[in-house]
Amino acid sequence: MSLSFNINEHTLNLHLSGDFIDFNQDTTVDNLLQNITTSKIRIINIEASALKQWDSTLLVILFNLYQIAHKQQINIKTQKLPDNLQQLINLALSVDRKPSLPQANKLPFFEDIGNKTINLWNDICKSLSFIKEVSQSFGKLFTNTAVMRKIDWLFALEDCSYKAIGIVSLISFMVGLILAFVGAIQLKNFGAQIYVASLVAIGMIRIMGAIMVGVVMAGRTGASYAATIGTMQVNEEIDALKTMGIPVTDFLVLPRITALIITMPILTILADIMGILGGASVGIFALNIPMEEYIKYTQNALSVSNFMVGIFHGLVFGIIISLCGCYYGINCGRNADSVGKSTTQAVVSSIVWMIIATGILTLIFEALEI
Amino acid sequence: MKIQEAQIIVQNVTIAYGDFVLLKDMNFTINKGDIFIIMGGSGCGKSSLLRVLTGLTPITKGKIFIDGINFFQATQEQKDILMHRCGILYQSGALFSSMTLAENIALPLQQYTNYSPKLINELVELKLALVGLYGFGEFYPSEISGGMKKRAGLARALALDPEIVYFDEPSAGLDPISSKLLDDLILDINHSLGTTIVVVTHELESIFNIGKNSIFLDAEQRKIGAYGNPKELLNNPPNQAVRQFLTRGGK
Repeated sequence: MSLSFNINEHTLNLHLSGDFIDFNQDTTVDNLLQNITTSKIRIINIEASALKQWDSTLLVILFNLYQIAHKQQINIKTQKLPDNLQQLINLALSVDRKPSLPQANKLPFFEDIGNKTINLWNDICKSLSFIKEVSQSFGKLFTNTAVMRKIDWLFALEDCSYKAIGIVSLISFMVGLILAFVGAIQLKNFGAQIYVASLVAIGMIRIMGAIMVGVVMAGRTGASYAATIGTMQVNEEIDALKTMGIPVTDFLVLPRITALIITMPILTILADIMGILGGASVGIFALNIPMEEYIKYTQNALSVSNFMVGIFHGLVFGIIISLCGCYYGINCGRNADSVGKSTTQAVVSSIVWMIIATGILTLIFEALEI
Repeated sequence: MKIQEAQIIVQNVTIAYGDFVLLKDMNFTINKGDIFIIMGGSGCGKSSLLRVLTGLTPITKGKIFIDGINFFQATQEQKDILMHRCGILYQSGALFSSMTLAENIALPLQQYTNYSPKLINELVELKLALVGLYGFGEFYPSEISGGMKKRAGLARALALDPEIVYFDEPSAGLDPISSKLLDDLILDINHSLGTTIVVVTHELESIFNIGKNSIFLDAEQRKIGAYGNPKELLNNPPNQAVRQFLTRGGK
């Protein structure tokens, strides 16, 4: 392949010969385009009688050359340039308008803060309005006027009940085990290893069981809610529901939220039991605490109030996870990328709100001396 | 008379899902530089046949030769080489939503060529210009219309100068003007690059505008109902199903 040129006063002669397949541009091409841009050339003669095979790598050179020539009002003459190559150049040059890109305007500092505050306020209003709609749907559920299919509710229930048992059991067992190990290292210093049983029982029952179920369910079910509803948004299924006059919160949110409200406390009880079993396996087999002793200390540590606090946490986490999952699903954009973002936001916000809720509930229970 | 060279040969191909036979005993040839239409009513298996031709779905029986190579018997390396010579425009454009149009088109170039970043950028601009989207490189797919998405998808399909370009329902969801523009573009690309074009469609206007050769898939018989130039098939329909299809249910 060969590309050469010479300049004769106001005329540039360009010779193309051989094959131009996968032609990686060299300095000759840069010089050529530089000369056309800077010299006072009025005519370009393209001589291509010896040109054989070519691909887009030659086309791109000629396309750039024609573009510059058009700008500089240079006349182009061709000799033996293949018809199809000329056709493609004409096709590429046929639309010559640069569209105006949607500009991301850099706002002045205070205007930017103002805009962000307004957006934040709008987001808060939107979330409160969503919570209001969900509450109204709940009201309709009790008056039996909610548009909710029983089968959807059963599917949601199935998804967050026995299908979650495996992962919840495993994680809770491991957490109980870790809690016992970490506790044993500290308690050993005081010769009070036996209190590992109390530590694990109180820790799991009061808060850890509920938190672990919350984290697992936020990643598992909350993400699934956001992704499913988000995909429905992309496929215009939510628009279809709205135009049919079916309340979206009744139809999509209610089955999911009720399913999680029912299953979260049950899963919390399961997590409590598995956590205690995890702790017991360390206490009995690794720390050599007699089984009867371990059971006795565990029983002594258990209390109805701690148990109820844990269950209540589970219930609150269930509401938070389902609200976050459904909210971000419904407010998802209309492309695949948005579904991913919504899912991430749903999981992150669920976990953040669960931690905030735990903080608030702890203060309240402390004040109530529970 | 110019003797055309066969590029894709389909021999006794049957497509089935389990016990359900979708299409049976298909035989046809797609020549180099042809615009070949795969037409038929909804549910007749057009898109499934396209998935077979593009290697996405295996065949149950028969052989498919692409440039003389038995595709489903070929090694993975041979398949990869064959697939690099094909471009596919999906029904929705199938642009990656997290990438700009320029990044979408640059992806196959970065993956399969040793071109410099500067040359890749220039090629991206060229491909966009060829489909009438010059200067739209920095736009995201969500910022352009359905017709533009299809043209951008075509620019990506053309990135590696393919020898065969497959189109899945190119006119679907487009207004008549955008549909005509896309048809013209298909003709331009076929004329100027000599690219073999395989189009799956049921849009009669497109079929008669661009089709040089075609097959009609009969949904009831589950096989090829007609094979030939669409205009000739309209003038001499071999059976009632073809006549009804090509005349919008006429008798």
